[in-house]
Order: sequence, then C-alpha cells, then structure tokens
Amino acid sequence: MSILILALAITAAQILLALAMGCATFRMLRGPRAQDRVLGMDALYLSGMLLLLTYGIQTGRTLFFEGALVIGLLGFAGTVALAKFLMRGEVIE
Amino acid sequence: MIQAPDLPLWAALLVGFLVLFGAAITLVGALGLLRLGNFYERIHPPTLGSTLGTGCILIASMISFSTLHSRPMVHEVLIAIFVTLTTPITLMLLARAALYRDRSEGSTVVPEDLASLPPAEGQPARDRS
Repeated sequence: MSILILALAITAAQILLALAMGCATFRMLRGPRAQDRVLGMDALYLSGMLLLLTYGIQTGRTLFFEGALVIGLLGFAGTVALAKFLMRGEVIE
Repeated sequence: MIQAPDLPLWAALLVGFLVLFGAAITLVGALGLLRLGNFYERIHPPTLGSTLGTGCILIASMISFSTLHSRPMVHEVLIAIFVTLTTPITLMLLARAALYRDRSEGSTVVPEDLASLPPAEGQPARDRS
C-alpha cells in the first residue's frame, strides 16, 4: 500500500520535472537573446538535478546523490563562465 | 514502473507529498520562465525551483534514506547549502551581464545608469583565507 502511494507520487513528480525540463529547453532553444538561453540552461540543469534526486529516492541508492552533486557543481561553473562571457564578449568586440 | 522503497505509511505519505510538491513548484517556475515577457521578469521564476523545490525534494530524500537505514543520513545538506549559495551568485552575474548588454546597445527598456556608478562588483574577488 505505502509502496504503491510512494511509487505513484514519485512517478508523477518525475513527469512534472520532465515537463519543467521541457519548458527550460524550449527557452534555451528559442530564447530571443543570449542571456535568455543561459537562463534556460540554468533552469534545465537544476530540474535535471532534481530529477536525479527523485530517481535516488525511488531506487534507494546513494549513487544518484553523487551524480546530482556533480551536476550542481558543474552547472554553477558553466553558468558563471557563460555570464562572464556575456559581460566581456562585447567589450572585446 | 512500480518501484519504491519500503517505508512505513507515515513516511511514505510525507515523502510522496514533499516530492510531489517540490516537483510541482519547480514546474510552476519553469512555466513562468516560459510565459513571462521580458528577460528581467523571466530571471525571477527559476528561483522558485532552486529554493522551495530543491528544499522539498531534499527533505524528502533525507526522510526516505533516514527511515530506510534507520539512522540519520543528512548528506543531502551538501546540495542544499551549495544550491543556496550559488543561485544568487549566478543570477546576479547574469542580470548584470544582461544590464550591461542592454545599456551598451542603448536599449530603452532598462533605466539610465545613475551617476555612472563605479564598478561596484570589484570587491568579492578579495580572498579571506
């Protein structure tokens, strides 16, 4: 009984997070300007990290937690690098 | 795919509600990212997912692993601290870059640069180690 409730809730949450990733991907592909694309990528990796955490809850393994931590670290570095590039790219032009 | 950890009923209800609520809040943030009309409006909604959504899902994960292994497992605090620290930094850098780009091309959407402010973000590079 409790397994069924939890499995339904986690599956629904995974579908919602996948929809969130879809919205972020749309903004990343269609964003009118470069900063919109970077913002979409930020939201995309965050939703992906949360999706990985729900898989970790579902399977009960801590492997997914480490993957989520790595996604968080690398996504932060990537977004900061892209923001810096947007700041300086036009100075050089 | 029916697969879930074998938790007692109270923990299952709590974990299910928290996971579902966090995912729904994240989806609301992503929909805001999709629908709002301006970059400076769009930069706000993703933080809904990175604060409340991440917090709810991480608390659910902590409850699940702690009841499964019958001892407190709080390593998810690492992700919570990290996301809480880094989200404001990245979004402020991004907003500054967007403001700089809009001002440098003379857009009328953003307000004028008041009194040509000095570069106020020079400070954080100073190391305190």
